[in-house]
Parts: sequence; C-alpha cells; structure tokens
Amino acid sequence: MNEVPSQGEEMSTGEAAPTSETEAKRVIDIRGATKVFNPGKSNQVEALAEVDLAVEPGEFVTLIGPSGCGKSTLLRLIAALIPPSTGSVEVNAKPAEQARLDRDYGMAFQTAGLFDWRTVTKNIELPLELMGWSRGDRRGRAKEMLELVKLAEFANHHPSELSGGMQQRVAIARALSFSPALLLMDEPFGALDEMTREHMQDELLRIWKETATTVVFVTHSIPEAVYLSTRVLVMSPRPGNIASIIDVDLGERRGATRDDPAFFKKVTEVRVALRKVEE
Amino acid sequence: MNALKGFSAPIVAGVVLCGLWQGVLSLFNPEGFVLPAPSEIVGALIDNWDDVYQGTRITGFVVVSGLIAGIILGVLAALLVTRFRTANETITPLAVAINAIPIVALAPIFNNWFGLTSPRSNQAIVVALVFFPIFINTTRGLTQVDRSQVELMESYAASRSRITREVRIPNAMPFFFTALKLATSLALIAAIVAEYFGGRQDALGPMITQSAGLTRYDDAWAAVLAGTAIGAVLYIVVTVLERVAMPWHSLIRSHREET
Repeated sequence: MNEVPSQGEEMSTGEAAPTSETEAKRVIDIRGATKVFNPGKSNQVEALAEVDLAVEPGEFVTLIGPSGCGKSTLLRLIAALIPPSTGSVEVNAKPAEQARLDRDYGMAFQTAGLFDWRTVTKNIELPLELMGWSRGDRRGRAKEMLELVKLAEFANHHPSELSGGMQQRVAIARALSFSPALLLMDEPFGALDEMTREHMQDELLRIWKETATTVVFVTHSIPEAVYLSTRVLVMSPRPGNIASIIDVDLGERRGATRDDPAFFKKVTEVRVALRKVEE
Repeated sequence: MNALKGFSAPIVAGVVLCGLWQGVLSLFNPEGFVLPAPSEIVGALIDNWDDVYQGTRITGFVVVSGLIAGIILGVLAALLVTRFRTANETITPLAVAINAIPIVALAPIFNNWFGLTSPRSNQAIVVALVFFPIFINTTRGLTQVDRSQVELMESYAASRSRITREVRIPNAMPFFFTALKLATSLALIAAIVAEYFGGRQDALGPMITQSAGLTRYDDAWAAVLAGTAIGAVLYIVVTVLERVAMPWHSLIRSHREET
C-alpha cells in the first residue's frame, strides 16, 4: 500500500486504513477488464488482457510501457470512451459509462485539442457551457483557472497565438475547470521540448496538490513517470497488462529532486521493469 | 472596411494592364478586328447599356440562384452523409457518378426537359455543377476532425448534434469556403455556356454568340466584361463572407506569416 499524501479536508478520509469502506471510496476500480478490437475479424487485436486496477483518492498513477501495450486503451476504458469487451470498470463507485455521463472526470490529450474558433477563455468555458453554467459563473471560473495556469493575460487570445506549452496549459485548465475529482491525461507533454516539459510537470504537481485531484497519467518517459507519480504501473504488450507496480515515495518534489540519488534509483527500477517487459 | 483590405493592388494592376492593352493595340492593330481596344469595349458597353444590364441581371440571377440551390443541396447531403452510414453508402457513389458526367454537355437535353427558352434548364446545369465540390469538400471538413476534440466532447457527455455544432461545423468552414470559391467560378462558366444552347435570349450567353456571329466583337466583349463583373462581385462577396464567418482563420494565417 503506498502512502497517500494528505491534501486538505476533502481527502482526509482517503488516509483511512484499507477496509471495505475505502474500497467503496475508490476512484477507479477495474476488475478483469479485457479489450479486443475487431473481434472475429482477420485484423482482431487483443489490446488488454484481464486488467485489475484500483486507484485511491489523491493518488497520482502513471501508466508506462512500450507502444502498443494498451496504456491509452486502458485510459479510454476508464473514460468510457470505449467499452471493455469483458470485465468491469467502475469510476467513483459507479459504472464508468455513468461516470462519463455524470462528467466525473476531466481529460487532456497529447495534442492540446483546443478549438481554434474559440478564444482561450471560451475554450476553458466549453465544459461549463455543456453543463449549463450561467455566463457569469463561467467567466469567473475561467478567470480563476487562467490564473492557476498563469495565463491570465492571454484570456482573449486565440489558441493559434499561443506556444505549444501555453496551449497545453490551457487544455489542463479546461480539464480542471469543472473541478473533476479525477483527471485523465494521455501523454499531455509528449510534444513539448524538455525544458517546457519539466516546467509543465512542476505546474501539474502544484495544481494536483492545490486541487486535491486524483490523476491517471499516460507517458513514454521514465523520468517523467517517476517525478510525477505516487505509483508507476509498468505495462507489458500483446496483450496489454500491468506487469509490475512501483511505488514512488520521494516526498515533496523540488528542483533538486531530479538530481536526487533516490530519484535515479527509482528511474533505474522502472527501467529494469520495462526491460523485462520488452523481452 | 478591413475586410476589403488587399483588393487595391489587383485593381491597380488591372488598370495598368488595360492601359498596356490600349497602347499596344493603338500602335500595332488599328483595325480593331481580332481584339477590340478597351476604349471600344467600354464604348460598346455604353451604347448597349440597357441590353447588357438586362443580360447581366438575367445571367446573374441564374448564377446566384443556381449557386444557392447547389450550396443548400451540397451542404445538406454532406450533413446527411456524415450523420447516417446508409446515406453515405447511397449518396456518395451517386454523387461521384453524377460528377463523372460532363454536365455542360447535358445543356441541350435539359433544354428539352425544361423548355428551350426557360432559364430553368440553365439553373439546373449550375446546380448540378455546384453541388459536387460543395458536397465533397464539406463532407471532408465534417469528417476530418481532430480525434481528440471529438473524444473530449464525448468525455463531457456531449450529444451528437452538439459535437456536430461545436466541432464538425467549425472544422468544415475552411473546406466549405475553398469549395465555394471554386463553385462560384464554375457557376458562372456553367451559366454562360448553358445559355449558348438555350434559355432566355436576352441573357449574356446569347448576346455573346449573336454579336460574335455578326462580327460585332466589341459588343461580344462588352457582354464578356459584364460576365467578368458578376464573377468579381461574387468573389468579393465570398471573401468577405469568409472573413466574417471565420475571424479565427485569418488570424491563424496572419500568425503563420509572422512566424
């Protein structure tokens, strides 16, 4: 059992000992989920095999693995963008599909996926519009979120006027705008340069702490996985499954954490696990 | 006024070109037989103003009404095809097959259907020609959307029609306007060529064939000039509409030029 960082009043119950009570409070509960694409056809692909996964409130869980290991597929099962072939996926103690309809999670992708035809503010307001928030409430929240990602002065710009890193921050602000308890991120920093990427990682950790969100994060980068997570799930391909789970306890992340021997030890541990998977 | 920015340079270039044309002809071809000078064409235009004006109105109506009908049909078909798989499987091959027909070659047959002196047959030709580029391009714009934008909308539990409105339609706008520019010039060509074969006899098409037949080339050119004016006005209207409908798009373009 990994340590759950204390994150304010809301999360205080998450620190309880593992009993059936905490089981009910799990943010994600996946049991025996499989995914087969194009079943019965010649191009049938077994993407996921009998995955079990439980995520507690306040965790930062990273999925890492070689391409084709099904990490994005697993994320999409949690998001209920695709249904599992067998098994069950529960989010916030209800079927994932219901959680999607209840808008229980926010999502960010590798491409920022901003709408060119909307200003930065209007992009952040999009989920709020769909939820029927009033105009004034939307404006107020968008302003708060822009301050959170430090882009207040770009409120009325169009996405095409921003750099890649800024666009990604807007996408994160949009994902967080309606305060979902769960944030699903599919390689959100994959397209950024190394410096921007490290900066964004620190921003994300800051926001994670401030908002007490649970995060499931897909990445290709071992240092990124170790730096961000409380738990790294190493996935094996063909068919995708969770091969090993590595708990990460590096305390509060600072600039120095990236040079810490304990950090490198974890990086090596994940690398070794990944090598085993590749063989 | 900002929307009209960028039109001044071509106007200057056009005036210079006409000046050269006039100058070269006055030096080398005083007969004005093969190619009348701009001054003669303008003279013919003034002399025949009432006829040319009437012809422009009639041809202009055929072009604009055919365009509008073709756009409506093309966009509706694109929306249907994007929404329903069965519509896609029936309409798309049919549209491709229709596009393979040389539509203008149907003009004499359409005259038989709609009546030799009715503008209906000319309109039908324009509609048939406009439909295809609008339909194909709009469909492409409605379907070739950023996958993550659609997934994002699905993650917000947005309805299908909401996704169409928020993602597909804005995404299709640049595709639509590219097709529309193509369609306006096609519509004008289609209308005038169709008029060569039938329709109202006071339209621009018959004016050109009759004047040329009587070797009154300056009159024929005056009618061509009127047709050009229709084309220019349509192009300006489409460009202004494009800038009004997609303010973000010119922003993207200007930003790309900067960087």
